This record gives sequence, C-alpha cells and structure tokens, in this order.
Amino acid sequence: MDVIINGERRDVAPRSTVADVVRSLTDAPGGVAAAVNDEVVPRAAWAATPIAENDRVDVLTAVQGG
Amino acid sequence: MTTRTPDTADAAAVRDPLVIAGREFTSRLITGTGGAPSMRVLEEALVASGTELTTVALRRVSPGAHGSVWDVLRRNGIRALPNTAGCFTAADAVRTARLAREALETDWIKLEVVADERTLLPDPVELLDAAERLVDEGFTVLPYTSDDPVLAARLERIGCAAVMPLGAPIGSGLGIRNPHNIELIVEQAGVPVIIDAGIGTASEAALAMELGCDAVMLATAVTRAQDPVLMAAAMRDAVAAGRAARRAGRIPVRRYAHASSPAAD
Repeated sequence: MDVIINGERRDVAPRSTVADVVRSLTDAPGGVAAAVNDEVVPRAAWAATPIAENDRVDVLTAVQGG
Repeated sequence: MTTRTPDTADAAAVRDPLVIAGREFTSRLITGTGGAPSMRVLEEALVASGTELTTVALRRVSPGAHGSVWDVLRRNGIRALPNTAGCFTAADAVRTARLAREALETDWIKLEVVADERTLLPDPVELLDAAERLVDEGFTVLPYTSDDPVLAARLERIGCAAVMPLGAPIGSGLGIRNPHNIELIVEQAGVPVIIDAGIGTASEAALAMELGCDAVMLATAVTRAQDPVLMAAAMRDAVAAGRAARRAGRIPVRRYAHASSPAAD
C-alpha cells in the first residue's frame, strides 16, 4: 500500500505499523519521534499503531541546530 | 604569610547556580550545535565551553546518517534543549514541540517562532500564542524573543520559565544592539533572562552578564569561529567573568579623574 513517509510516497507492506516504518529509516535506540497525520504517536504505542493507505508518517530526530 | 585560594570567577560559580524552573546549572553558558564543521569539533567545543545545556533542532530522519548530536550530548552528560527552529507559525511550533518532547524525553522547549528567513526575527504574535498553548500543555517554555521589555513581561506573565531576548539577529555577530532594553528586561524580570542571538565574541558575552543577564546562549560565535574549541573556552571564561563583575558591583562612571594613589604631602 502507498503511504507518505517523510514527504515521499512509498510502498509498504499491508498491515505495517509505525514501528516498522521507524525501523526502515533508523536503528537509533533513542532520540526519535514519530507522527501519523500530524498526531504524535508515543514510542510505547508504535508497535500497536497500524498505518493505513495514504497516511502521512513523519519520523524525526535531533540534529545540530540552534 | 597566609596563603589564600584565589577566588576566581570559576570558583565563584560554584556558589552561584543558574536556576531555571527549579533546576540548577553551574554553567551560565547555553550553547547551540548548528554550524560546526564536524561532529568531532562540535564535541570538543561543547566540552571546552563547560556548558550543561545545549540546544538541538528536530528534523526528518535521513536514512544512513551516522553519528548523532544526541549521542554527543549524552556521552558528555549535557542536557538537551530541543528548539522549534524553522517554525513560522504557532501551530508549527506547537507540533514541533510535541515531537521534541517525545523524541528527547523532556518537556523543556526553546520556543522559536520567526517571522521570515531574511531576519529570523521573532514573530511576537505567533510567539505569544505558541507560548501560551505550550505552557497550558505542561511544557517548560524558554522563548526566543525580541529585545522588547513589554513582550518579555507578557511571556513571563503567561508562565514562561525564562525569557531569551536577542542581542541582535541570529548568526549576525552584531553583539548587543540595545543594551538599554536588555537592562529594562532584567530589571523587571522574575524569571531568568538569557541573552540569545547576536553574540559575536567574548567581550559581548561578558557585557550581557554585566548588564544583569542570568545566562548567555550562543552557537554561531563558537561553531563558525576559526578555532571553535578555543572560542568555546573564551566564551566560558567571558560568561564567568561578566557574572563575577556584575555580582562584584562596578564603580560608577565619572567625568573626571579620581586619584587612586594618596595625595603627596
């Protein structure tokens, strides 16, 4: 199914979760946050949060700045 | 002959902590992390600065990126202060703050809501709106604000944990353009005043502290200096010296000489 991950359209397996998407982008153990359609998904809920067709998933991390 | 341990600015700092939202810091220098030539130089500069609180930005993960600023801070026991850099509206800033809280496991947020790319000056209307919402959501809010005493007072009144007036635009190195306004902000403030942005060199950091600021926040002055590590050490010393001078109480300025030696008989 098609979803938008960090602004880019991508094909992911059906029944993917937020945890799957995060894992596909980074293996960092911490310092990462995820949102689905602009709603923050707490880390503890990643594995239990499915994503649907056309969802916008953003995965963010701390970078140099300020 | 008695010996006496020199009461250096560093030693004095131990008994004079910076307190923000009930948390104590020995160092009064808050650093940013943007603009460093490499992660290695950044780490050395952060250590040389003696900082205990350092800002980071939040951006989309780019796959395959190596070495994270988050690791550098954790390795050195430096508390991360996420910012909302790059936000132009209150809605943007609130969303970024929520993500930052989740990513970095802190409810502290350095709130930046800027008006445009060219000046990066704070947008006071959006800033106040965002600050109010984030305070309501339980964040500890440290807002980057203009050097306007009225806005600083409003930000304090709605519950911000500090106010961070600019000395000059971000990255400009223009120093403190309106020291009078900074003094007015300091006089009225019941929360820490942290000069933020504009500092170019050590004397300007010292001036901020002499004006009565509680801390100095800077990034570019260190990260883009020819020798960032040496400049970081200079800023550490300047902030400590400026603070000590403020506490010591400077002499009044006179128009004419005042002899420091006794008059001849």
